[in-house]
Formats: sequence, C-alpha cells, structure tokens
Amino acid sequence: MAVSELNKRIPTTLVWLLLLTMPYWLPKVGGYVELGTQVVVLGLAAMSLNFLLGYTGVLSFGHAAYFGLGAYGAAMTIRYLVPSTGLSLIVGTLVGTIAAAIIGPMIVHLRGVYFAMVTIAFGQVFYFIAFRWSSVTGGDDGLTGWTRLPLDLGLVTVDIQNNPIAFLYLALAMFALAVGVMAWLLRSPFGRTLIAIRENERRARFLGVPVDQHIWISWIISCCFVSLAGALYALLNNFVDPRALYWTQSGDFVIMAVLGGMRSFWGPLIGAAIYVVLRDYLSSLTENWMSFIGLFFVLVVLFFPRGILGMVRRKVLS
Amino acid sequence: MTQLILFNVFNGLIVGAFYALMALGLSLILNLSGVINFAHGGFLAIGGYLAFTMIPYVGFWGALALAPILTAFLGLIVERVLIRRLYGRDPLYSLLLTFGLAFMIEDGTRFIWGAQSLPFQVPGWLVTPLSSEYFFLTGYRLFMVLAVAVAVTGLFLILSRTRLGIRIRAGTLDLETVSVLGVNVRVLRNMNFGLGIYLAGLAGVLAVGQLGLQPTIGASLIMPSFVAIIVGGLGSLPGTLLGGLLIGVASGITTVFFPSATEAVIYVMMAVVLLVRPRGLLGEEGRF
Repeated sequence: MAVSELNKRIPTTLVWLLLLTMPYWLPKVGGYVELGTQVVVLGLAAMSLNFLLGYTGVLSFGHAAYFGLGAYGAAMTIRYLVPSTGLSLIVGTLVGTIAAAIIGPMIVHLRGVYFAMVTIAFGQVFYFIAFRWSSVTGGDDGLTGWTRLPLDLGLVTVDIQNNPIAFLYLALAMFALAVGVMAWLLRSPFGRTLIAIRENERRARFLGVPVDQHIWISWIISCCFVSLAGALYALLNNFVDPRALYWTQSGDFVIMAVLGGMRSFWGPLIGAAIYVVLRDYLSSLTENWMSFIGLFFVLVVLFFPRGILGMVRRKVLS
Repeated sequence: MTQLILFNVFNGLIVGAFYALMALGLSLILNLSGVINFAHGGFLAIGGYLAFTMIPYVGFWGALALAPILTAFLGLIVERVLIRRLYGRDPLYSLLLTFGLAFMIEDGTRFIWGAQSLPFQVPGWLVTPLSSEYFFLTGYRLFMVLAVAVAVTGLFLILSRTRLGIRIRAGTLDLETVSVLGVNVRVLRNMNFGLGIYLAGLAGVLAVGQLGLQPTIGASLIMPSFVAIIVGGLGSLPGTLLGGLLIGVASGITTVFFPSATEAVIYVMMAVVLLVRPRGLLGEEGRF
C-alpha cells in the first residue's frame, strides 16, 4: 500500500519539478522559454482533451474550436473591452465553455466515429466566422493591435508583458489550477463514473447512470480547460488567427494525447512536449515539414498506439 | 435578380454535386469499415493532378477515364498496406492515420506540382455559354452535372445489381454474417475502399475544371462532405446524395443574400438537422 502510494507520487513530483525549474535547464539544452510555455499551454489543451478522450472514452475531434474560441475571447477582450489580463483569461474561458455547453446536447447521443465527425464539422462554423468577419476578428491576417498586459494583483504588479519567465509562471499557475481540478474530479465518484462509462457503457446505463448527461458534463469540463489553454495561447503569442480554430489543430491535440499515452494522466503533456519540439525543429529544417508531421501521425498509430507512458507501464508490469 | 439567384443556385448545385460525390465515397467506406477517411480530399486532389499531368498525352476524355482509375488503384494499395491493419481497433487510430495521410498527400502534391494554382484545360467547345441570357450555362457546367448524375446512377446500379454491390450492402448491415457465408471480407473491404476512392478521383477530375487546381482543394471539400453525410442521415447513401445537393444549393442561395455566411450556412443547417431530426433526413431510426 505504502509503496504503491509512493509510486503514484513520484511521477507527479517529478513532472512538477521539471516544469517549475524550466527557465534554468531549458536554455542549457538548446530550448528557449517561450517554447517551454508553448509546451505547458498545448499540454494543458491535450490533457483537457484527454479528460474526455482517455477517461470518458468519447472520441472528440473538434477541440480546436473551443481552443480557438478561448483565444479569440481573450484577444478580443483586451483589444475591444478592457485591458486586463485576468479578465481576458476569464472571458476567453467562459466563451469557449458556453459554446460547448450549447453544442453539447446536440452531440452527446452520438458515439465513436460519428461523435468525431460531428464535433470536427461543428468546429468549422467558428473557423468561418473568424475568417469572414474580418472587421472584428481581423480575418485571415489574424487579430493584431493588442498585447498582453502586466498582471495587476492588487498589491503587486507582475510584468508578464516583457518578462517571458513571468508569463511562463502565470501559465504554470493556470495549468496547476486546471490539472488539479481535473485530477480531483477523476478521483471523485463522478470521475469514477466516467471511467465506468468508458469501460462498459451499457453496464453503466443498466446501473442507472444517466450516461448522456455525464458525457455532456465531461464534455463541458474538457472544453472549459481547452478554452483556458486557448486564452493562454493567445496571450503567449500576442496574436490569434483562424488557424487556431481549424480542424487540423484538433488533430494535433489528439495526436499529442495518443503519443504520450491516453490512459495516463501526464501522458498528453509528454506528447505535447515531443510534438512541439519536433514541429519547431522540422519547420526550421524543411519547408515540407507537413509531410513529416503526417508521416509522424502514421508511425505513431502503427508503432506506438499505446503511447510512450503506455509502453513504459507495460514494460514495468511485465 | 432572378438571373443572379438562378446563377447561384446552379453554382450551388454543381458544388453540391461534388460534395455528394465525395460524401458518397466517404459514406461507402464509413458504413462498411467504420473508417472516416480524412485523406479522401487528398485522393480527390490526386485525381485532379493526375488528370492535369495526363491531358497533354491522352486528352481531356482520356484523363477523365484514366485518372480516377489510377487514383482508385492507389486507394487499394493504401487500404492494403495501412488501413487494413486498423480494422477492429479503436476507431481513433484509423482517424489519426488517415489524418496523417491527408497531411502527407497535401504536402506531397505541393512538393510535386507546386503550391500555385495550375491552369486546367477543358475542351474549348464545352466552355462557351449556351445562351447569352443565362451566361452561366456553359456546356462544361451542364456536363459536370450530367457526369455526376451518371456516376451516381452507376454507383447505385452497382450496389443494387452486381454481386459486389449486394455484398457491400449486406456487409454494411452485418459483416460477421457475410463473412460466415463465405465472402472474403478483406477483399470486400478492399474493393469497397477502391470504389469510394474512385468516386473521389472522379470528383477531383471534374472539380478542378470548376474550382481550380491547388493542393488545398481536398481540404476545402472534405468538411462539407462530412456535413452532407450528417444532414442526409448516417448510413443512408440516398440521404448522403440528397444532403450534398441540399447544402450545395443552400450555400449558393446564401451567396446572393448574405455572402459572408456562404460557408457557415451549411454548418448551421447541420445544427438544425441534429436538433430537429438527429438521425438525419433519410437516416434510419435508432441505427446510430
């Protein structure tokens, strides 16, 4: 008991140790702070997707829509409403969450590939709105003319605007909040019910679990944290364009989750780290990096379907 | 005004015919094998580019006949080598695999033929307008509608009259029983995949004459094809056909009155269908 308890603590401690010390070791291995922040933000998106994908067993392929809505929500708050970082994060998250809550009832009765198909098609609405409504969203060129602002905490002001390390820690704080809530939910009876639905939906239904309702709530939670990641992503780049909403972005999130390991809590973060670094490297190396990313998808599916953590766990168990 | 509306309705019908042709292929594969082929748009682009390369040698009609067959052949190989391994596994994996394939094909066509839009020659006598009043009624446009109609009729004949078609339809309903009855399901799925890709290749050759030939042509057509399937009703091929034509015409009409919503309108239609009639227009009750 004590040993297994300890075994569970070690990975979490290790992950946090690595994340919190990132500004010190990242430049030494050839990275830069913004790359680390990207990993944290996209990792949050992938982990939120995995709440639905890996723990509820629902195949969502449209999470880019809510990621993008969060990003646009945050960017437009600063650009048009109030110059406040805190408020922009809240508005961005709310926009994505509300959209997900509204769309949810239309899709929660679908399963498997059909759920994937409808979610990905729904995402395109927001893409075309962002693309076409250029007077407000900046259209294809993206929304510019705004920057993230120093974080005003009342007593102190943190300069996240010019200090990338400070922004990294803001992103990490948000990450901690979201990941903490998800971990807590997964340990609660609600989370256990979600896993039960994943394992055997029919049995869960016979036990009296309102399955569609649970999937709806899980969908909203997942989209809520993806929107938060999107809002952070907009602030990180000081820019947002319709590509954040495009369906290929949804595929990126899914491959991160699968690559790291869908059945493990930290897997998607590892997947995100590998994916971000690989894309950064490939796009600096060749113009045809898209082919290599595509090839990477194919190879992951054929040779690493359980993901990296899934393989490690298998090795340890056998 | 009437002319403008007619023009856009007709345009929508043509675009809708492409959506339908593509969606029918997607539907075939989805119904029998449970695979959403994200690379379908890529195969469409390959069909177009192959036709472009062939035209100097075999002419437009030769390319129209040969390019879809070559594309289908490529599809058979892809199914055999890659997609076959994933049947019976979580549908997530076939999704991701075809997703990666779509990336590779789009980038591959860009690498081979270049990123810029290529000129695509259709026979001269097809391009001249048939009437000065309805300038948009060129022979090529009528020909496209006709060609799609022939292809769709052919598909439905294959499905209802030939042994292969009947087996495909039976397999859609109960693959296990079909297998027990002595049909080689691997071959069946392979042929079915090829048939679907043939339709994509054909749509590709026809579409580039209308929409222009660039690497992103597939990516821009695949999402509406999904919507066509959902609107028409999952599992129903006539539904898919109807769905494709319907969203094409709807976006054509929207172009007249509210041009910036041309693309978004089909997704709104999808939402309405999902709310009012979740199984789609012609979908069977309780199947999904």
